Amino acid sequence: MVSEEKNIILEVRNLSVGYWKKGNDSVVAEAINFSIEKGELVGLVGANGIGKSTLLRTLTGMQDALNGAIFLKGKNLNEYSSFQLATQLSVVLTEAPASKNLSVLEMVSLGRQPYTNWIGSLSEEDKKAIQFALEATETATLAHRKCFELSDGQMQRVAIARALAQDTPIIILDEPTTHLDIYHRAYILKLLKKLASETQKTILFSTHEIDLAIQLTDKMLVMAKNETYFDDPCKLIEAGRFDTLFPKETIDFDGKTGRFTIRK
Amino acid sequence: MQTTQANRVQFIVLFIALIAAFLVNLGMGSVSIPLDEIISVFIGNGASKETWRYIIMDYRLPKAVTAMLAGGGLAVSGLLMQTLFRNPLAGPFVLGLSSGASLGVAILILGAGAFGGFFGTILMSQWSLVIASALGSFLVLLAVLAVTFRIKDTMAILIIGLMFGSVTTAVVSVLSYFSNAEQLQQYIFWSFGSLGNQSWEGVSILTLCFLAGLGLSVFSSKSLNGLLLGENYAKSMGLHIKRTTFIIILATSILAGSITAFVGPIAFVGLAVPHLVRQFYKTSNHFVLLPAVLLCGSLLMLVCDTVAQLPFSEFTLPINAITSLIGAPVVIWLLVRKRKLFF
Repeated sequence: MVSEEKNIILEVRNLSVGYWKKGNDSVVAEAINFSIEKGELVGLVGANGIGKSTLLRTLTGMQDALNGAIFLKGKNLNEYSSFQLATQLSVVLTEAPASKNLSVLEMVSLGRQPYTNWIGSLSEEDKKAIQFALEATETATLAHRKCFELSDGQMQRVAIARALAQDTPIIILDEPTTHLDIYHRAYILKLLKKLASETQKTILFSTHEIDLAIQLTDKMLVMAKNETYFDDPCKLIEAGRFDTLFPKETIDFDGKTGRFTIRK
Repeated sequence: MQTTQANRVQFIVLFIALIAAFLVNLGMGSVSIPLDEIISVFIGNGASKETWRYIIMDYRLPKAVTAMLAGGGLAVSGLLMQTLFRNPLAGPFVLGLSSGASLGVAILILGAGAFGGFFGTILMSQWSLVIASALGSFLVLLAVLAVTFRIKDTMAILIIGLMFGSVTTAVVSVLSYFSNAEQLQQYIFWSFGSLGNQSWEGVSILTLCFLAGLGLSVFSSKSLNGLLLGENYAKSMGLHIKRTTFIIILATSILAGSITAFVGPIAFVGLAVPHLVRQFYKTSNHFVLLPAVLLCGSLLMLVCDTVAQLPFSEFTLPINAITSLIGAPVVIWLLVRKRKLFF
């Protein structure tokens, strides 16, 4: 495929996402088209309930697409076994780990599961990947703490470390900045930016921090009511794509500063 | 996951305690036999009295082995259920297995009156009890497995297991209402649980089931570790949730079902032992927890059985009551002290 030359790693063509309900499909969002290159940081924004999570669930293979196709490294997502997919794509979900009794090191080590043998013993390579993940997210000092002892900000870094340890070319994060204060929101997004440029991983995340995302991301995917736009943040501002995101009478987008202001 | 190095001390202590409990258990009973005689029997030199050799080899030893298998097996299945359902309250009996076994036995004992006379006495042999409870738990197991094939949500499986339990308990109540005092007493004695009166034949069948269940558990350990993160994370790491759920439930059912069939419904061990072990082992790795839970369960059951013998007396208390009487205060004490229920 031509995607080899342009280094396109994730390509979505005419995708419809939603749910099957007894033969009738209820479409949440449709006609989604975009292609993401290697090493790009992409922010997915849109109002609550517009279908961001549904789109991410479809992209990660957790639910089937209603229509259209997703290509990962030029190969249709359906053709990947769940095991193969685990070495290509890792996730950071909004949910906390089920067991809070896991230590940070244990949780990050679990990211190596797709590579370990049936006893799950760690090879030198596994240990290196774990060490790298801990250092990159500045969680090495937390390694022997239990998950229930961590703050929300630390927990999110550990969740990212686990995905890093899985060592996949793509990482998809669902709202990694919720429940965090302004400092940690900026910290997490800067961390993602750094990881994308230094490790050449492709990182796609959904967020409500539109102004922060505009400043940091390479590309943005804007989900509006009837259409989905994908482009550089600056071009999206020029085209006025953020203006119609929310009802005008309550909140207004200022194209010069790239911020939303409340209408008084 | 971390290596087992740090937990070596706990394992050594547990192992020594288990051997000590095993020897004490063999020594205790209505007839007191000195320790050196017991060891002599084991080495093959025989005891100074032939009856002692007989008591040890054909009564106490099978009982001690049954206790270890039952305690270890129930504890392991409790660990599996707690991880599978991500619920610290889950135990081997949440799937309704013991209720199924109770139903089987209730129909046999309480229903035998309906046949009466000769046929009734044939039904009452020891083996028929085992077969009835095995059939009962097996039928519930099939129902639960059929449900797991259809339903994605593990929490729904948990609720359905509890529902099966309620229904069978209700049927047992109805049966008890219509049966006479003698039958009722017999049923209640069965429900006390009993480790004794096991033939070597029975013990070997139990051992086979135990090994099968344990093998499946060890095989699932890596998946169990993955499940600690939650179903969605586990799936994203390439785990087949349905297949894993099926194997884990199968392992639990084989363990809990066969044990209940042989020794009766023994509450508490499956629920409590994993919590006890989590207090002492600073890991969530199932490759460490599984052997620890196995040893700890065996140890607890041996100790309980020793106490149930009421040393130096001729009475034997119901094992089911002893496990709870000894175990519950220990768990309460630990939880109050640590103020946190680990999972």
